[in-house]
Amino acid sequence: MSREQSLVQRARKAFQTGKSKPLEYRLHQLRCLHRFITERRRDIADALKKDLCKSDNGTELFETMSLEGEINLAVERLAEWAAPKPVEKNLLTIADEVYIQPEPLGVVLIIGAWNYPWAITLQPLVGAIAAGNAAVIKPSEVSFHSAKVMEELLPLYLDRDLYPVVTGGVSETQELLKQRFDHVFYTGSGSVGRLVMEAASRHLTPVTLELGGKSPCYIDKDCDLRVACRRITWGKFTNCGQTCIAPDYILCEASIQGKVVDGIRQTLLEFYGADPKCSADYGRIINPRHFNRVMNLMEGYTAVLGGQSDASQRYIAPTVLKDVPPHSRMMQEEIFGPVLPIVTVSDMDEAIRFVNEREKPLALYIFCSDKLAVKKMIEETTSGGVTVNDVMMHYTLSSLPFGGVGQSGMGSYHGKHTFDRLSHMRACLVRSLGMESFNLARYPPQDRQRARRVRMALRSPMIDFSKRTFVWAVAASVVAFGLFVTLLVILLIASGLNCTCWYWQGFYN
Amino acid sequence: MERQAVKKAREAFLSGRTRALEFRLQQLTALQKMIAERQTEIATALKQDINRSQYDTPLLELIGLENDISLAIAKLAEWAAPRPVERNLLTIRDEVYIQPEPLGVVLIIGAWNYPWALTLSPLVGAIAAGNAAVVKPSELSECSSLLLRALLPRYLDQDLYPVVTGGVSETQELLKQRFDHVFYTGSGSVGRLVMEAASRHLTPVTLELGGKSPCYIDKDCDLRVACRRITWGKFTNCGQTCIAPDYILCEASIQGKVVDGIRQTLLEFYGADPKCSADYGRIINPRHFNRVMNLMEGYTAVLGGQSDASQRYIAPTVLKDVPPHSRMMQEEIFGPVLPIVTVSDMDEAIRFVNEREKPLALYIFCSDKLAVKKMIEETTSGGVTVNDVMMHYTLSSLPFGGVGQSGMGSYHGKHTFDRLSHMRACLVRSLGMESFNLARYPPQDRQRLSMYSIRGYGLPAGPMSRVYLLYALYLDWLYLTS
Repeated sequence: MSREQSLVQRARKAFQTGKSKPLEYRLHQLRCLHRFITERRRDIADALKKDLCKSDNGTELFETMSLEGEINLAVERLAEWAAPKPVEKNLLTIADEVYIQPEPLGVVLIIGAWNYPWAITLQPLVGAIAAGNAAVIKPSEVSFHSAKVMEELLPLYLDRDLYPVVTGGVSETQELLKQRFDHVFYTGSGSVGRLVMEAASRHLTPVTLELGGKSPCYIDKDCDLRVACRRITWGKFTNCGQTCIAPDYILCEASIQGKVVDGIRQTLLEFYGADPKCSADYGRIINPRHFNRVMNLMEGYTAVLGGQSDASQRYIAPTVLKDVPPHSRMMQEEIFGPVLPIVTVSDMDEAIRFVNEREKPLALYIFCSDKLAVKKMIEETTSGGVTVNDVMMHYTLSSLPFGGVGQSGMGSYHGKHTFDRLSHMRACLVRSLGMESFNLARYPPQDRQRARRVRMALRSPMIDFSKRTFVWAVAASVVAFGLFVTLLVILLIASGLNCTCWYWQGFYN
Repeated sequence: MERQAVKKAREAFLSGRTRALEFRLQQLTALQKMIAERQTEIATALKQDINRSQYDTPLLELIGLENDISLAIAKLAEWAAPRPVERNLLTIRDEVYIQPEPLGVVLIIGAWNYPWALTLSPLVGAIAAGNAAVVKPSELSECSSLLLRALLPRYLDQDLYPVVTGGVSETQELLKQRFDHVFYTGSGSVGRLVMEAASRHLTPVTLELGGKSPCYIDKDCDLRVACRRITWGKFTNCGQTCIAPDYILCEASIQGKVVDGIRQTLLEFYGADPKCSADYGRIINPRHFNRVMNLMEGYTAVLGGQSDASQRYIAPTVLKDVPPHSRMMQEEIFGPVLPIVTVSDMDEAIRFVNEREKPLALYIFCSDKLAVKKMIEETTSGGVTVNDVMMHYTLSSLPFGGVGQSGMGSYHGKHTFDRLSHMRACLVRSLGMESFNLARYPPQDRQRLSMYSIRGYGLPAGPMSRVYLLYALYLDWLYLTS
């Protein structure tokens, strides 16, 4: 038996003992995970520095802060999320208990990515733990140091049977994918995503695929270009462009292209100084293979900003290319690097056509001050998510489901959405053995009369018996009744019913 | 031919005419009209396919469909509207909502046991969500599929909702095309192939599969009523229902009474000779007839057991003391054969269920509320109905679907709409208030970070939000003036 097989089996046995079912256990594990992040900040930051040259503050801002937010939310809301949810009933089921019960799926496989190795690998884990599952965690081997730290330290905080960490490369991942899971959660590229889904299909395992694509960024000519450029520059060059929701390319009218380039140039100076290589906040490409990939993509283009590189450090300067032809090589694949092409379009309509001609992106960005135009662009396009007048921020709200559509992925997560995604929503109907007379119409032998009764029963409207409506209905009825009684009393008095208090007040005088 | 139909559907979708709610409502109303006007033809087709009685057609297929359509028409505006969600301090002045959007072209592969309900119910959700849909009814229910192919284009938009009939090769050809969602109802083995084909295009799937749905009868409950309800669920449509109680689990002491109860009920329902009853169905085709007959081989029926190959008739059959690991217990029966497996108590029944694949439905007949709760908690299944069978299917507020080998995804009512839509996360900010964002930009330092963390995470908008807002503005002012 391979190492992967035995780890998965152990996780399944641990799950079957039922220990992850009680909410207290899940809360305890979540708190341990939180402790891990707070106590091991140094180790995590050091690993990220070695992997991606990420600064300490960058680590906190982009990796641990969101993770802590997710854990706090899960701890606070777990009881609410895991509780049975009563749903609408009809006349036929009016005396029954009808609810949806969230249940754990079983053993979840989480395959992480290398660009934000902690956030992307552990955020799904938060939801998996909250939902009561066991989880096999497979961090990306490309972010080597982070994977090592995770493998060594996570078992010191979490249950090591229920949440094993499996490191390794392609062959270990393939071995893992041969095993049977109850859900596979994958973040990465579309090509591997296909293989993951194909492997999962053999066991009829549902999947969540967080993939990528080219996220377009449209800048309208009538908007505050200074602010727009600052926000775009932040989103694009954070983590050296290695973000799945980074604005991949810019679409704007030729008339403002120069101003956009100026805006970005100015912002780059503010952010990283004259030489980004010396800035503590500017990252590096993850490894030589990706460095070469991005350098190859840039070949043949003349940079209007940046363009310098240093292979020994895997450093690529923040680069902007203008007047990029729409069908050139640069526009065929996701860049995932600090290279920002600008493609000119004649107006917003052409931009909409441009976006719709291509695969559905993970994110769409629209910089425009005209509310109606923004609405139009949102309506006439589609994408995993959309942020208007900023970049990437829809990622930060746990109330929004984060995920792709079409080639950019399937399924979504963050906050409660992760919990729901990694749970089975079981439909429950609890009836009683009495009231059999109500059912008689459905039994054979069937005749016209029974058929009519059945039709009446099944066509009855749905009633919401959830607490709020019920309470309102009862309260309203009580108040209405009270008012009715008061009205009656007043009418009776007014109609001349003898009342001694009026005598005392001299009414009859 | 399949490729043409898909291509036309996609072009029709890209024209954008399904976006308008009025169009979708109009199509749904037309579908409603079709079912209302063509009831007799549908009933005739079903009688030829599977010997469905004229009253069972509305009861089992059409009323549920009508309900689905009425619900979709009544609630479409509400379902399709943007759904605002909770904001945090950082986004307190922004518009934050989830916008349901159509996926594109959906492939709906129907099943033969309830050819109308199982093929058109997903179609209702597909239309409501604004998709185009290629409808592929099952070739096994031949008359129904031919009728659907004739009728649907007369009521619905022919380009957006084409009906493609055919067998295995046509289905395989369809599955090679690219869709935005594939909705399949049928067996697990084909479900695997569907998901594998979909994986090539990164197409999400909904698989409504099957399995052996256990039915546990507690010894202390009203056996008469329990048996009547179980008999109804089991022998309706001649046992060819994905959520039919597949087998019974009960204690040996009540096995005899259970058999008696079923015998009595069968007399009430179908008379002495079910073959002559208008309400008793037939097996869909010779292949499935032989499959069920082969399953029964070697077992002695305590009730029924008779058959007639010329009519594809199998009498309502009950087998008792069936060994847990025998052939009968290996695959879904999908026929009018009801095995009874004895267990020593509820705990053994729970163990029995958990040892096997997660079923599509679980049935528990028991009057003790605590015991019922325990059994629900200690098992899992797609859905569960207590003290009755199949009824969780009839409530559109409950998500209907399987888990594990019994399927993935769920539908009915709003759940179909949500399943066949893309829930797009939308955040609309303004280009003003840039001071709030300053903390996130490089060059980073501790002070900036602490400001950002207050506003960015962990503090949802609430009664104290204004205080925090003022404090955050104060920090900003301090920073800007420092």
